[in-house]
Parts: sequence; structure tokens; C-alpha cells
Amino acid sequence: MIEVHVGREENAALVDAAGTRFKLCAVNTASASFIQSLRQVLAPERVLTSDEDLVPYSFDGTAALKQRPGVVVFPLTTAEVAACVKLARDNEVPVVTRGSGTGLSGGSVPLAGCLVICLVKMDKIIELDEKNLTLRAQSGVITKEIDDACAKVGLFYPPDPGSMKISTIGGNVAENSGGLRGLKYGVTRDYVMGIEVVLPDGTQTFLGNKCVKDVAGYSMKDLFVGSEGTLGIITEVILKVLPRPKARKTMLALYDSMEKAAETISAIIAAKIIPCTLEFLDRMTVQCVEDFAKIGLPTDVEALVLMETDGHPAVVEEEAAQMMALAKANGAHDVRAAADEAEGAKLAAARRNAFSALARIRPTTILEDVTVPRSELARMVAFIDDVAKRHRLLIGTFGHLGDGNLHPTFLTNERDHEEMHRIEAALEEIVDETIRLGGTVTGEHGVGLAKKGFLKRQLGEGSYELMRSIKRALDPQGLLNPGKIFD
Amino acid sequence: MPQAVLLKDLDYSVLQQCMHCGMCLPTCPTYVETKLERNSPRGRISLLRAVADGELEVSRALSDEMYYCLGCLACQTACPAGVKYAELFETARAEVELADVNDGMQRGFWRWLTLNVIFMKPWLLRLVGRVLRLYQHTKLDVLMRKVRFFGLMPRSMAALEPQTPRISEKFSNELILPLESPTTKPQYRVALLTGCVQDITFSNINRDTADVLLANGCEVVTLPSQHCCGSLHAHNGEVELARELARKQIDSLDLDALDAIITNAGGCGSHLKAYGHLLHDDPFYAAKAKVWDAKVKDIHEWLVQIRFRRPTAGAGVSEVTYHESCHLCHGQKVVNQPRQVLTSIPGLTVKELPESNWCCGSAGIYNITQPEQSQKLLKRKLANLEQTKCPVVATSNPGCHLQIANGLKACGGHSCQEVTQPVSLLAQAYRAEQGVGASGPY
Ligand SMILES: Cc1cc2nc3c(=O)[nH]c(=O)nc-3n(C[C@H](O)[C@H](O)[C@H](O)COP(=O)(O)OP(=O)(O)OC[C@H]3O[C@@H](n4cnc5c(N)ncnc54)[C@H](O)[C@@H]3O)c2cc1C
Ligand code: SF4
Ligand code: SF4
Repeated sequence: MIEVHVGREENAALVDAAGTRFKLCAVNTASASFIQSLRQVLAPERVLTSDEDLVPYSFDGTAALKQRPGVVVFPLTTAEVAACVKLARDNEVPVVTRGSGTGLSGGSVPLAGCLVICLVKMDKIIELDEKNLTLRAQSGVITKEIDDACAKVGLFYPPDPGSMKISTIGGNVAENSGGLRGLKYGVTRDYVMGIEVVLPDGTQTFLGNKCVKDVAGYSMKDLFVGSEGTLGIITEVILKVLPRPKARKTMLALYDSMEKAAETISAIIAAKIIPCTLEFLDRMTVQCVEDFAKIGLPTDVEALVLMETDGHPAVVEEEAAQMMALAKANGAHDVRAAADEAEGAKLAAARRNAFSALARIRPTTILEDVTVPRSELARMVAFIDDVAKRHRLLIGTFGHLGDGNLHPTFLTNERDHEEMHRIEAALEEIVDETIRLGGTVTGEHGVGLAKKGFLKRQLGEGSYELMRSIKRALDPQGLLNPGKIFD
Repeated sequence: MPQAVLLKDLDYSVLQQCMHCGMCLPTCPTYVETKLERNSPRGRISLLRAVADGELEVSRALSDEMYYCLGCLACQTACPAGVKYAELFETARAEVELADVNDGMQRGFWRWLTLNVIFMKPWLLRLVGRVLRLYQHTKLDVLMRKVRFFGLMPRSMAALEPQTPRISEKFSNELILPLESPTTKPQYRVALLTGCVQDITFSNINRDTADVLLANGCEVVTLPSQHCCGSLHAHNGEVELARELARKQIDSLDLDALDAIITNAGGCGSHLKAYGHLLHDDPFYAAKAKVWDAKVKDIHEWLVQIRFRRPTAGAGVSEVTYHESCHLCHGQKVVNQPRQVLTSIPGLTVKELPESNWCCGSAGIYNITQPEQSQKLLKRKLANLEQTKCPVVATSNPGCHLQIANGLKACGGHSCQEVTQPVSLLAQAYRAEQGVGASGPY
């Protein structure tokens, strides 16, 4: 996963199980005439081709992956997206869809010379339906702007990935992103009621509706949630929104061992409390976050747990008191509550910066996304510690304690090849252990390029092939995001 | 086309520090305007890295990009990974100047005149100030406008004319003695830097600064003739000239005899505190520059540090909002102190300005080089100001002060009627304690 070059070599024609040859992937690079046609479909200033314009689209948020596209376009409407897809289909030029490029598995990293369709200019919130509690928006709307729009009328869009200030809702749907409130509120999928999508042949179609109940045929929209841009381009979404919780309380619990933190979590769940947030940061992560945010986090701890409960004010008070008592009973040496919502928001914001803040220490930051059943969490953290020691690596770990999603983060230098090899070996071990514990190699960042090599190991032959046959059925030409998730 | 020199020399870790997470994007005014990656911090850094790696040449397009960047450093505040954008930015601008990719005799001439001549010699800058003052006082400017003289000038020059600041009646050296002592026994001895633009257009603010220092037990040393701090040069790719000016500044003061070196212009302060980096491989000055950096204090920072005295009288203003100079908040991380100065004044309500730390578009000489984007930012600032309904806005950088004042003058009917600075309000409050009117002793 370290030095992945996404190039033409990967786009070879394949023979499927039945022996029929099919072309897995469109293979052409953007030609002058193709670019000319794009300029006729879109205003010329929304078609970028110069080196200075393209270099900044060579990567997403994933470490050590880059490839220069041939052309980047910015459609404003679904019809424009469809027109671009049709041109790409006719010219057999692969298409990579991009939101804000914050993805952490290389999903929007281009193929050499490909067409990148960037949706950030499709940024209109179309409707906020207070009667049906739904919000309809174009895909390029920034996640936080969706929740801000809801907040204005007392509503709430819960999924809050760390990147919510800049990630697009289309990217969230395509990655089925999680966030800090996953334990109580679920992930993006739980809020997608409908999507408008452009299929690989250029057809526009709407899947789903505003109905809470709908069993008319297969739940097609769900196929596209988490499809990482490989099945269709999502251009609009209808989201479910909720009444905004009236109160919220944020607390910090500090521990001198990870086990005690994990025990607290089990105790809280056993007490029939579902907090909205249970996040943890290890020593190194806390130090980096404090170094950046300077909000007075104690840096001399093995584990810091950020807890939040929201809902009716009386319930919030009661649950908060209970959670703090449970933390103490389970060995937290210090438990404190944020004075007010503003202070709580500051703490949550600091947590959202954890990943980027870890980059302060060394030049390259490689983030993993392994997830295990909640009960196996402490064991997994201990395992990661041990791997770091044995392979002489620097690993900072943080993650979502409530849902077993860990982000062990390797702090390294991509130019140090020897160390990169050790990382590869360490990663193999972590993946094996994850699978052994019944976990998954990616809880929320997606497979993309980064986790491609591990997918079959986790899924097994049957379900792996099922996924590929769906891809083949929808996109026989291999036009959309080829080489991502699987070859 | 030319290959990189300076960027290649840059410590690679500076370029590599950006992990392209994108957390800085929503705070970057140029990205928010265009939504194009190349106009974002992450995009610009990727271009610079590609140049350093030899994958991209130093081109006119690269130069345009680096001059489209405001240098506001909002990205540096936002970046959790600790990317040193200021360093990248200055190196990149120096690189494009070195490569000479910007053609045009005219650009070359004006750059040479301002950077190599006028801003290198304090007396020359004051001379220019005097000529301008004469021009404004004799109402020649009004006449020129009447006869439509500016119609004959190149468009860009003509557009600038109404933006020319009003030159002060007196310059700083005519208002402040070389050594002024407080009435009580001095607790500190500080040097006051009067700035370039500040000196000729806002010398009264320098006077106010001296007054609040005196009122807080500081003995104030103010050299009558001071060099430019060099920030203009460093930000515009003239690093050697910037170094020369930094050495001159350091030589001008006896550092050991001073507790602090006070600056009241956000833009200058940010650069003044970075001499250590600028001169880090100068065998003679490197150590001195470090000492210098440690002594440079923004006026608000210093006031809070020495626990300035709360005034007992008001400043004659009941409501104010505060616009943050980019280089004060993002460059120097001085965020709360100016607000503390304002809230210390009795009877003064301080209302928060939405997006208070969003660039107003002044950005050094950006309003001259990129008038279109500058105007967009100004409009955004004015709209935010209107939301507060405050009659007065305080800021602490001459560029912001002028930009906002010009904006307010041009738009008419705005709720905000006056631009001032926190130190001026504090000085007025101290004066009011003595029963002196708002206009002060000079
Ligand atoms: C600092 C940081 C913190 C993060 N925290 C979290 C977190 O807490 N939880 C989490 O789940 N993720 C997190 N992420 C990962 C990332 O932000 C999410 O995956 C996000 O949803 C990506 O959105 P984007 O707009 O940047 O999409 P991109 O990165 O541009 O694209 C991601 C993938 O989706 C596809 N895609 C994008 N838009 C569309 C569309 N409209 N139609 C079809 N396919 C599309 C792309 O082809 C690509 O495969 C974090 C990232 C960073 C940098
Ligand atoms: S400059 Fe900082 S915040 Fe911006 S992309 Fe790079 S690492 Fe992230
Ligand atoms: S300095 Fe300002 S304009 Fe330039 S990249 Fe940073 S935030 Fe954007």
C-alpha cells in the first residue's frame, strides 16, 4: 500500500471466471479533442488542463499516493455531469469523481491522464423540509453547512466526520463516513433517504424518496452508499434530519492505562447508557493535539477519553453524572466536565484535529482504520502497542471507543525505505489480528487504493466475487474509478 | 523555463510537512472565493513541492498564483500539522522574482522604485510623504480630479489615486521626543518602532502608543529616523533587501538596555519577530537577531504582559467592534490582548465581529496588485461590519485601517462611521481621566 503508482499498467483487460474477456477499464488518456468536447459542454473556465492547475489535484488526504490527471472539470448540474460521463464513455477515458479530496484511502487519487469530475461547485442546499424532516442538497455541499442550515431551524444532521468543515456530503455518502457521534446516531448511511445518481452509461436516475417506509424493490440507493465512486456519480442527496437535542454535556476522563478506559466504556454500556460520543486519544496524540490547540489538555496521561451525552436537559444531567461516576469507579484518575457548550465544542474540535496534529512529529503520517467488536478493543490497542515496539515504529493511536474503530497512525518518513518496509510488516500483523478478532480493515475510510490488498483476505472469495460482479454489471466498461476497491 | 533554486535549498521537511488533509481550505479566502485547489494553501504547497522536486518549472503561472495568495496566514492558524506557510510563501515569492518570470518594464520599474529606493531610505519616504501632503493640502488633488487628469494615466494607477492615504500633518518625530519618561519612576524601558506607513499617515497613533506606554510606567525611546522593518521586501521576494534592513534595525538599538521593542502595526510585528529566521545563517547577526525577536512585542501583548492599568474614565465611545489584522492574529497569535485592551475601557461595549479574523483585502500591497480580489474581501468585511451595527471599528494595522476607512467612505450609509485603534481608545480614556479632550495633547 505504500508506493502505489496508479498508472495505465493497472488498466489491463481481464478474463472473467467464465472465460469471457471483458475490458475492466477504460484505457485512454484525455486527448486534445476530448478536452475540446468537454469545453463545449461546460464553460471553458470550468475545464482545467494546465500543469499548475492539475498538480493540486494529484492527491487526496492519503499519504504517499499521487498521480496527475489529464483534465479536471467542474460541473454545476446533474445534466452537466451526465454529459461529461457520456463523453468519457465514448472516448474510453476513465473518470475519477472528487469531492473535497479529504479521503483517507486514495479514493479520489486520479489515474494518469484521466478525467477528474470535481463536484465542489455543485454546492446548493435545495430544500429543507421541516414537515418531513428531510434536507435535499447537491453533492458538493460541505458537511458542516448542512448541519448549520439545520441548526438554524432547530434541526440536526448528526454524522460529523473529523473533516466535516471541508468534506462534501457526496464524499460522505460515497465513503459512508462515520464521525464522533456514531455510537448513538449511526453513520452517513442511516441518514440517506434518496440520491440522484449518474450511471456509468450517462443515465441520470433518482433512487429513494422522502418516505420513511419504502420497500418497492431492492434498496438501490444503499448500493451506492459507500461505493467510493465506482458505481455512479452521486449528484444530489435527500437526507433525514432530526430535532436538535436541547442539551449537551461534554466530559473528559483521564487514565493511566488503556484497559481502565476500555472498562469504563463497557461499564457505561452495561448501565444502559448510550452516550453520543466516546472518543479516545493515547499519550502521543494528546500531546500533539495540545501542542496545536493549546486548550490546556493534560499531557501526562496514557489515555484521554472524551465523552458526550445529549438530549433532554434532565436526562443529560443524570447521564453525565452517571458516566462521570462510572469513569471514576473504573480507575480514571481525573474526570472533569466542560463548563459550557462552547468549551465542550472546543474539546470536540480539538479531537477532530487529532489526525492532522499527529503530522507535527514526522514528515509522513499513515493512518489506519481498523475496527473490532467493541469487546475486543482493549486487546487490539495492546496488540498495536506491542507491534510498534517490536518493529521499532512510532504509532499514535486514537479513535472511536464506542464503536471499536481505531486509528493507529504511523509517524514516519516516506523517503526512509527501510522504515517503510517495517511499516508494511507491522501493518500485515495488525490486519491479521483485526480479522482474527472478527473485525474489519476499514471502519469508515473506505478501501480505495490503500486497503485494496487486504480486502479479499477479510471478505473471502464468495463475497469478494459478488462485489466484483456487481461492479461489472453496472460498469462493464470499467469507466468509473477503475482500480479502486479491487482490480 | 527556469528550474527552482531557493525552493530546492529549502529544508525538505518544510515542504513535506503538509499532509494534504485539507483542514486549512475553509479558512483560505482565495480558495473560498474560487473553490480551485491551486488557490488553496494545500494546492499552493503541492505546487511548491512539485517545483522543488523538479516536476514543475518556475513559471509565470506559478508567480501569478503566489501573488494571488494574500499571505494572510489564516492557513497557518488552521493547520494542525504545523506547516510553516509563511516560510514557504516568502521563499516562493523570492523564487519567482529570481527566475524573473514576470515580464513588463512597468512592473519592474515600480517594484524597483518602491522596494529598492523609497522603502530603503527613511528620509526619502518622508520626502514622498511631504510631497503628497503638499499635494493634498493645496487641494491640488481636487483640481486634478476636476480636470480629469487621472483619465490620462494608466487605468490601474488612476484607480489608486482615491485610495492614497491622507498624509498626517506631522510625522512621528515631530510628535514624539527621542526619550520620554513617565511622571512616576520608570518600571520599564522600551523602544517604540514608528513604522513606515504608520509614520506618515497615522503618526497620531504612534503618539497614542507612546502615551499608553508612559501611563503604564514605561520610559519610551523613539528614534527620530527609523528604517523600514523590511516586511514589504520579504513578502515581495526581496529577501536580501529584507536582510539588509533587519541588520540596520538591529544595529539601531542597544538591545541590552531595553526591556521590549514595541510595535503597533500587526504586519510589521509579525515580520519583526522573525528576524531570527531571516538572519539565521548570518554569522555576525544570527545570535543578536534571536535576542531581538524575544524583545519585540506587539503593543497589546506588552500591555497585557505588564498588567496595564484599567482606565477610570471612558473613551467617549459607547460601542466598538474589533477587526483583527491577519499578521497580528495569524502571524503573531495575538488574539485576546487587543480585546482585553478594549474591554478594559469603562462604558465601552465590545461586540464581536463575525469573521473578525478574515482578511479585509489590504494584505500589504495586495489592494494595489490584485484590486479585484481585494475589493471582494473588502465587501465581505463591510457586510460583516454592518451586521454588528457598531458605529466604530477598531483595528491595529495601518493597512487594514486604510482599507476599511476607504471602503466605508466609498459605500456611504454604512452603520459604521469610524475606524480607530485599540491603543487610541485607551489613550483617549487615560486622557479623559485628566480631563483632557478626546483629541489629546498634541
Ligand atoms: C482530518 C481528517 C479527518 C477525517 N475524519 C473522518 C472521520 O471522522 N470519519 C470518516 O468517516 N472519515 C473521516 N475522514 C475521511 C474523509 O474526510 C471522508 O472520507 C469524507 O467523506 C471524504 O469526503 P470528500 O468530499 O473529501 O471526498 P473525496 O476524498 O474527494 O472522495 C472520497 C471518495 O468518494 C468518491 N466520491 C466523492 N464524491 C462523490 C460523489 N458525489 N459521487 C460518487 N463518488 C464520490 C471519490 O471518488 C472517492 O472515492 C477524515 C479525513 C481527514 C483529512
Ligand atoms: S497546510 Fe496543514 S491543514 Fe492544510 S492541507 Fe497541509 S497539513 Fe492540512
Ligand atoms: S496565506 Fe491566506 S490566501 Fe494564502 S494560502 Fe494561506 S490562507 Fe490562503
